[in-house]
Amino acid sequence: MSSELIYLKNITKSFDGQTVLDDLTLYIKENEFLTLLGPSGCGKTTTLRIIGGFEEPDKGVVLFDGKDITALPPNKRQLNTVFQKYALFTHMTIAENIAFGLKIKGKTKSYIDDKIKYALKLVNLDGYENRMPSTLSGGQQQRIAIARAIVNEPKVLLLDEPLGALDLKLRQDMQYELIRLKNELGITFVYVTHDQEEALTMSDTIVVMNQGYIQQIGSPEKIYNEPENAFVADFIGDSNIVDGLMIQDELVEIFGTRFACVDKGFGNNKPVDVVIRPEDVELVDPDKGQLTGTVTHLIFKGVHYEMEVTTPNGYEWLVHSTTCFPVGIEVGITVKPFNIQIMNKPASEDEEAVHVEE
Amino acid sequence: MTGKILRKIYIALIVIFMYAPIVTLVVLSFNSSKSRAKWGGFTFKWYINLFDNASIMAALRNTLLIALLSAIISTVIGTAACLAINAMKKKGRTIWMGITNIPMLNAEIVTGISLMLIFIILGVKFGFMTILVAHITFNIPYVILSVMPRMKTLNPSTYEAALDLGASNSYAFFKVVLPDIMPGVISGFLMAFTMSIDDFVITHFTKGAGVDTLSTKIYSEVRKGIKPEIYALSTIIFITILVLLFLVNRTPKKVDEAKTV
Amino acid sequence: MSKNKTKLMLGLPYYFWSAAFVILPLFMVVYYGITDKNGALTFNNIASIAKPEHIKSLWLAIELSIVSTVICFLMAYPLAMILVKYGKGRSSVLVMLFILPMWMNFLLRTMAWQTLLENNGVINAILKFLRLPLIHIINTPGAIVFGMVYNFLPFMVLPLYNSLAKIDENVINAARDLGANNVQTFFKITLPLTIPGIMSGITMVFVPALTTFVISNLLGGAKILLIGNVIEQEFSQTNNWHLGSGLSLVLMIFIVISMIISAIFDKDGEGSLL
Repeated sequence: MSSELIYLKNITKSFDGQTVLDDLTLYIKENEFLTLLGPSGCGKTTTLRIIGGFEEPDKGVVLFDGKDITALPPNKRQLNTVFQKYALFTHMTIAENIAFGLKIKGKTKSYIDDKIKYALKLVNLDGYENRMPSTLSGGQQQRIAIARAIVNEPKVLLLDEPLGALDLKLRQDMQYELIRLKNELGITFVYVTHDQEEALTMSDTIVVMNQGYIQQIGSPEKIYNEPENAFVADFIGDSNIVDGLMIQDELVEIFGTRFACVDKGFGNNKPVDVVIRPEDVELVDPDKGQLTGTVTHLIFKGVHYEMEVTTPNGYEWLVHSTTCFPVGIEVGITVKPFNIQIMNKPASEDEEAVHVEE
Repeated sequence: MTGKILRKIYIALIVIFMYAPIVTLVVLSFNSSKSRAKWGGFTFKWYINLFDNASIMAALRNTLLIALLSAIISTVIGTAACLAINAMKKKGRTIWMGITNIPMLNAEIVTGISLMLIFIILGVKFGFMTILVAHITFNIPYVILSVMPRMKTLNPSTYEAALDLGASNSYAFFKVVLPDIMPGVISGFLMAFTMSIDDFVITHFTKGAGVDTLSTKIYSEVRKGIKPEIYALSTIIFITILVLLFLVNRTPKKVDEAKTV
Repeated sequence: MSKNKTKLMLGLPYYFWSAAFVILPLFMVVYYGITDKNGALTFNNIASIAKPEHIKSLWLAIELSIVSTVICFLMAYPLAMILVKYGKGRSSVLVMLFILPMWMNFLLRTMAWQTLLENNGVINAILKFLRLPLIHIINTPGAIVFGMVYNFLPFMVLPLYNSLAKIDENVINAARDLGANNVQTFFKITLPLTIPGIMSGITMVFVPALTTFVISNLLGGAKILLIGNVIEQEFSQTNNWHLGSGLSLVLMIFIVISMIISAIFDKDGEGSLL
């Protein structure tokens, strides 16, 4: 139990009558890299701001190390934030920026100087002490923002889309940098992003959010391979989501054809959503396929070909394969049982949310 | 929460501070006594007399005409100047923006006497034209400063794209550039119009005998006592603007809200 | 290149206008300031600022405009902060507070304060009713300061508002996050970041206050003369344009200093009025 550092309990928050978070409950463990992932407006940034102390929830409590910090102002919390677009103090030098928190705490000059050196080294920017923030590139400013936060030795570092303003190459470099920092510092990272690739690369745990609800919590592998609902399946990577009918345990009917699968407990003759990842759709000779269709689209993507196969009922299957099937050719489709992911259809919007109880 | 109440009180005090004289003037316009110090009972007579007072009506006509003409001319000159300044290299831009700032930062009295002196040297007869020229001079910077920020956010590629698609220079300007900078042009025009109406100091030095705007007329009457008709006229102007502002603020807001929802 | 040339040509009316009615007139003031009636070079006009009655009115103007600027600053800063906090996207409050009153003639508005501030005026009547001590400030320097603050407050609020509105909310949050309390955040972050706006606001209030002749005329009675009143009289009563120009040149020294200061602090024009 002691490994749970932050506990958000039944948090509800609305702005101007619009509910942004609805009865959200979430644990964050010590030393974990936890990512809040979701489209804009899903409530992920609000969740982070509530942890940071910049918003107070309408309902619910925030526990930190077992203590209630719901109403504690940000300057009294043992955590630090790396803001979107860095939020550096433009009227101060890099050294003054990094020293800001330490000076407020009344640390000695030699302690502060040591810390500045250490932090700049950590983010690979030694020698930048006397530069002004405006003379730094976006990536460099981002590192300074991180340095400014970590010199205060927070137990938790909150990161609000910190790489959002950087270009792709820099973003990928910074992802490795962040993982390295996290391992060196041994502290908890709570990371907010809408970029699923970023989340899959860096996280220990991903929290997928939509419309103020948590959709699924799990490791990157689990989220990717076993999405709990159509939203998660659609949001994480490409996927084919088709209507199916659960005939009985381990047998599902898709477009009139019965497929063996490994899921059970859905009941008999029950409509379900079926998720099949594009790389799990196998193309074979037409007479060997469980379904047949025509290749209607072909793009070479480097590591694989991306194809669209249209079945007679008009559905376009997205297929990733290393074998090329030219446009116009008729192909068969097969799917291995363990690659078929069955999900309940959401009965209402409320049920779309997965209430997390432990 | 007490902070919130304190803030509201503070805003309220500032509103009272800004509007106390305006309320006073509105009250005076209904005061049947000619004295500012005494309340002689409620009357509409100044509003009626107002339209028979030829000198006030002439001053009003001059004020509105000068405001309208100077706002139009300075909007045209200023907007064209923005296009030119925007096309300049950094150095030229800095110099011209510096010159633009002179009438804004300079003391009105210095601007007034400098214009007076140049009109004397040029041998121009003081009157309507000299006031108009003076007003255009101090209005252009307001136009430039409200159009310029819009111009800067303008993507130059849209103009080039229009040319690329076969539009002529002027067609591209009127169809592509102008609609984009329009909000700046309109606010510049309104700013110029307002500044012209409210100006006294510069008009004071550039007007000739016999030509008055409302401001100079009021100033000349300060010593002998202001005619209550002036209060009535000012009240009418103020209420008109108030109503116009209210109407303008109503309509587009609803459209915006509909869009965001 | 030719496209650019056409664009530069569009500025011609403005180049001409600025040269004829902004630059040249200023040189005329210099010319009149350093010549006498016969056109001979002289520094007497400028030197006459040292005359007791002139230097006295200059000092009084400096004194009153500094007091007004300080009061404007102290009133405007909290106001601008409140407006930024609550008025985001609601510029109509600003318009209502500061643009709309302009549609009541400024001479009349200032005159109205005379009615309100008079010894038997409305404010004293209210004070009497509340059994508070009465104020006797009409026709004193205090009334002039009052009028200056009233007329020039918007020039302080708008630049402050603009520079406060430009501060990224997360910069304030970052300071709080790093342990600063509200007071520390204000003095270490907010105030330093708004220096361009502050300098611009000070200039915008100080220059018109220093050079006014209308407010002193309307609220100070005819007896209190500021340097603006002296210059105005040289032009409209005595018709000694040379002396008036000479004194204006002295005034322009202050104006130029203000312009330079605000240009140094406000490189990108971020604290500007519009």
